[in-house]
Amino acid sequence: MIGQKDLQAIYMLWLRQMKRFLRARSRVLSTIIQPLFFLFILGFGFNIAVFPGMQGSYINFLAPGIIAMAILFSSMFTGVSVLWDKQSGFLQEVLVAPVSRLSIVIGRTLGGATIALFQGFIIMIIALLLGVPIIDAQGLLLTIIIMVLLSFTAVGFGLIIASKMRDFEGFQSIMSLILMPLLFLSSAFYPINSSLPGWLQALSYCNPLFYMIDGIRGSLTGANNVLHPVIDLSIILALCIIIMGLGTYFFNKSEG
Amino acid sequence: MSIIQTQNLTKTFDTSVAVDHINFSVESGEIFGFLGPNGAGKTTTIKMLTTLLYPSEGSASIAGYDILHQRANVREHIGVVFQEPALDTELTGRENLDFHARMYGLTPEIRKKRIIEVLTLVDLIDKKDVLVKHYSGGMKRRLEISRGLMHSPTVLFLDEPTLGLDAQTRRAIWDYIKTLNKEKRTTIFLTTHYMDEADFLCDRIGIIDHGKIMVIDTVDALKKSVGHDVITLSCSDNVALQHRLEKESWVSNITPHDSFLTVGVERGEEKIPNIFDIARTINIRISSIDVRKPTLDDVFLHYTGRSMREQNTEIPGKKPTKSSGFHLRRSK
Repeated sequence: MIGQKDLQAIYMLWLRQMKRFLRARSRVLSTIIQPLFFLFILGFGFNIAVFPGMQGSYINFLAPGIIAMAILFSSMFTGVSVLWDKQSGFLQEVLVAPVSRLSIVIGRTLGGATIALFQGFIIMIIALLLGVPIIDAQGLLLTIIIMVLLSFTAVGFGLIIASKMRDFEGFQSIMSLILMPLLFLSSAFYPINSSLPGWLQALSYCNPLFYMIDGIRGSLTGANNVLHPVIDLSIILALCIIIMGLGTYFFNKSEG
Repeated sequence: MSIIQTQNLTKTFDTSVAVDHINFSVESGEIFGFLGPNGAGKTTTIKMLTTLLYPSEGSASIAGYDILHQRANVREHIGVVFQEPALDTELTGRENLDFHARMYGLTPEIRKKRIIEVLTLVDLIDKKDVLVKHYSGGMKRRLEISRGLMHSPTVLFLDEPTLGLDAQTRRAIWDYIKTLNKEKRTTIFLTTHYMDEADFLCDRIGIIDHGKIMVIDTVDALKKSVGHDVITLSCSDNVALQHRLEKESWVSNITPHDSFLTVGVERGEEKIPNIFDIARTINIRISSIDVRKPTLDDVFLHYTGRSMREQNTEIPGKKPTKSSGFHLRRSK
């Protein structure tokens, strides 16, 4: 299904994103600095707060959430940036090329994932410097796998949004209507079990981001996770396949 | 063999019909042109044929492949130069071409050779390492065209290829298109609203207006259909004179316009005295008269019955364009 020509196209689409990313210095800076703000300000601000049953310091709890947030924002941006290509007309050039739609989606996803993981790792390294512990090498590997899957899922989600929008009018409302509740109900900033009323907890369990953050927390720091990381991983994997499939489907359907 | 074939191809946007049940075929090795004003449905047709838009009704095939069901095969056989720039402005000119070449699977040697070749053709070789966002509008246009010429498709679609270019570059592009067509036998489908462009390049022309094809024929046959010569005249009573002239056997056609009449005749210079005589007998005073060979303008006018050529007039909302060619005005 994917031939030599498609591999070449995937590489080219990936390379294009790398070039664009490295040339947009303000974007490089802002996407790294914004999560760092969260990490430092929330981390120090809530450091003395006591959450019942929380193991270790608050920053240990917070770091996995911020890593996931950085990857989520960056990847979704990549997916939605198809809209930029649509408006600038460049998407047409890509769409009439003799390469499969699937390889276009793969190229874009890999490009977005590379950038997002780069940002995720920077946050992770800073978190480690701040004293956040890693349980073992196996846990680190599992963390990386979840980070990759999170990134793919978020790009796919961005692609779905992009295929449903004609311009940026609706973009702001999507960000505040979908992304913010997702984030606050994800256990990124506080443990949902001890803080939220029952019905909000139930909503959290419907939130894909919850499993991703819970998975990173469980595999990286080995503390404060609700589910076993492997259970989180299975749910994330299933979700990733569904969202990527839908993203490809909608991208395939959309007109240039 | 027909390389492009459409059956009742139609595209509807919300309530308006952009392309209305068009049927035409383009033969292999031909340069075929769609001539029509802005908003006639030319770009929409190209977008359907190049698999960028789904037809609302009807279908078409390119090189034997169905544009609805064999989209991947269709893409294998086509190249497109878009009307609006479809460039990545964050990349340099050379990088844009490199992107294209790799997407179309050109080998490294051919890639490098072709990039230099086409950049030289459009006179951008000095600017190859400048980011496209620093290019002027004309430079972007030239880069866009050079990109379309890089690989050798079976059918090359050119949507208003020389829109907004200076006379010298237009000429160079025209020559290149002709050469490409002759040497590689590339079938070319182009749209234009420049009469001179259609006249110079096309073997056959389809005149399209309000989403419908009015007529398709060779340039010569189209001109002959209007009459060997065209007499344009204005007088004190156009309607009366038109009715009177329609009775003459030597008048092959007569069309009224806002303030003048066009009359298709043979040996026009000999008919001018006749017209004066006739006008005098019914007390009509002729204020101006002119005879010339028919142009595609006259052909367009004849088949659409709409207003005359004009320079640098565009429908509102579209950017005005400069050119040495003629424009068709869209008017009521």
